[in-house]
Amino acid sequence: MNGAEEIGRMCGIVGLFIKNPRLENSLGRLLTPMLVEMTERGPDSAGFAIYGPEPPQRRIKVTLSASGEADWASVAADFEQILETKIEYFVRAGHAVFVLPPEEAGIRQCIAARHPGLHITSIGSHLEIFKDTGLPAEVASRFGLDEMIGSHAIGHTRMATESGISAKHSHPFSAAPDFSLVHNGSLSNHNGVRDKLRHAGIAFDSDNDTEVAARYIAHRRSLGRSLQDALRDALRELDGFYTFAIGSADGFAVLRDSIAAKPAVLGETADWVAMASEYRALAALPGIENAHIWEPKPATVYSWSHDQMAQAA
Amino acid sequence: MNAAGMNIIDLDTSSVRELNARLHGHGHGGAEAPSAWQVLNPHGKHSLAVGLEAAHKVLIEGHAGYYCGGMNKEAEITVKGQCGKGLGENIMSGAIRVEGNAAEAAGASGRGGLIVIDGDASSRCGISMKGVDIVVKGSVGHMSAFMAQAGHLVVCGDADDDLGDSIYEADIYVAGKTGALGADCVEKEMTPDHVEFLSQLLERAGVDRPAESFRRYGSARKLYNFDIDNADDY
Repeated sequence: MNGAEEIGRMCGIVGLFIKNPRLENSLGRLLTPMLVEMTERGPDSAGFAIYGPEPPQRRIKVTLSASGEADWASVAADFEQILETKIEYFVRAGHAVFVLPPEEAGIRQCIAARHPGLHITSIGSHLEIFKDTGLPAEVASRFGLDEMIGSHAIGHTRMATESGISAKHSHPFSAAPDFSLVHNGSLSNHNGVRDKLRHAGIAFDSDNDTEVAARYIAHRRSLGRSLQDALRDALRELDGFYTFAIGSADGFAVLRDSIAAKPAVLGETADWVAMASEYRALAALPGIENAHIWEPKPATVYSWSHDQMAQAA
Repeated sequence: MNAAGMNIIDLDTSSVRELNARLHGHGHGGAEAPSAWQVLNPHGKHSLAVGLEAAHKVLIEGHAGYYCGGMNKEAEITVKGQCGKGLGENIMSGAIRVEGNAAEAAGASGRGGLIVIDGDASSRCGISMKGVDIVVKGSVGHMSAFMAQAGHLVVCGDADDDLGDSIYEADIYVAGKTGALGADCVEKEMTPDHVEFLSQLLERAGVDRPAESFRRYGSARKLYNFDIDNADDY
């Protein structure tokens, strides 16, 4: 959930996967009340990962967050100099999304060398991650979540009990392009898993247990495992109690540990699939009264993707 | 109070604490005697109508959060929506009906009374139940009736894996399929006495279904006593 010494048991998570493309323009408008409804579970901070349209010309989106005032124009000038091309960016509260050529190493180097105060929240063709401290309703309105469009999203409301409250500690976490994860629960063997991953050459931003889960799953995928297989690997490797909601370029997945003590409820209609820590977060979705509602089983991977939907059609 | 003698509490303007205080007979407008209550705009709030000790009739007009109707005595509570975890936890008597689904641990450690869930119940339904009767019209999740000690769990749909794990003496009736049964839980004979008891319970719960269509599960009583042959396992 948070820092290594964290013993908090709260936090709220939500996820929404749009099946009917006509609802994609309403993604943010539908996600906002879900996130706000989870305020009591996590009033300290909130964050969300939005899977929106792909930029043209094979470019990627890099979302940066600043802890204070940022000079985004000078960041843009540095990118243009290093990447030797004109670039575009847009600012949302303390974050900015840069649309750049797909040169991840050069981009990371530029930020590390010239703007070490900035934090990369996400990189991907679709993914943008926004997260900050404050009540979920304030965070959502600060970033304009209401107007965001896309095919799917996950979100988190945080209640820190012992470790710090900061944007960097907030969820979602991204550990690979277009990969995001939110977590309700805590891991007991994250130090051991982190050590193993460090030996495999994986770098960490924090001592956060959720970051270990995100990097472990991303690492398994980098070895050629599918998302479903990487999540099954996680069941064997990660000890603790957790409900994860995971976003990838094409889809959305939910996983609970084998005891399944952390809450989770899923709902599905012909138009959408939604997940939340509590039913009340789903209660305002259109068509909820006829939705199929259930609690996911322990140690079972649930996943939806546009690819699966196309195959089923 | 409205014309029909119903006390109305709107949770958009009153707190849950105020609701429960009034139902306990405290404060201005508190319930002196059993009466009818309507709770508006519950929005899935936790701990609605808990610890009641009078035979109130409480109608919750929407979704309830965790521990709705916990420790209930005498009162009749109806939830016109879904319920979060721990519905009717430690219920002593009275009745709770949920028109939607219930989350984990419905009726946990309940000592008496009746809980009826019109939809599905999630995992650990009736965990450690000690005398409550629980009737689920849909299906129940894994580990239901875990360590159940007394009472009856009736499932009109299916029961997921580990049903009745480490059960003592409660009776479980399932009409649909069961997953792998939990440790020391076995299928048992359905005698005419069981059929008669179950018929009455189904009628009380408003379920129109023949008792003969259920199978009965209970304790094999193999975990009751220390077995010297298992000493090496400890």
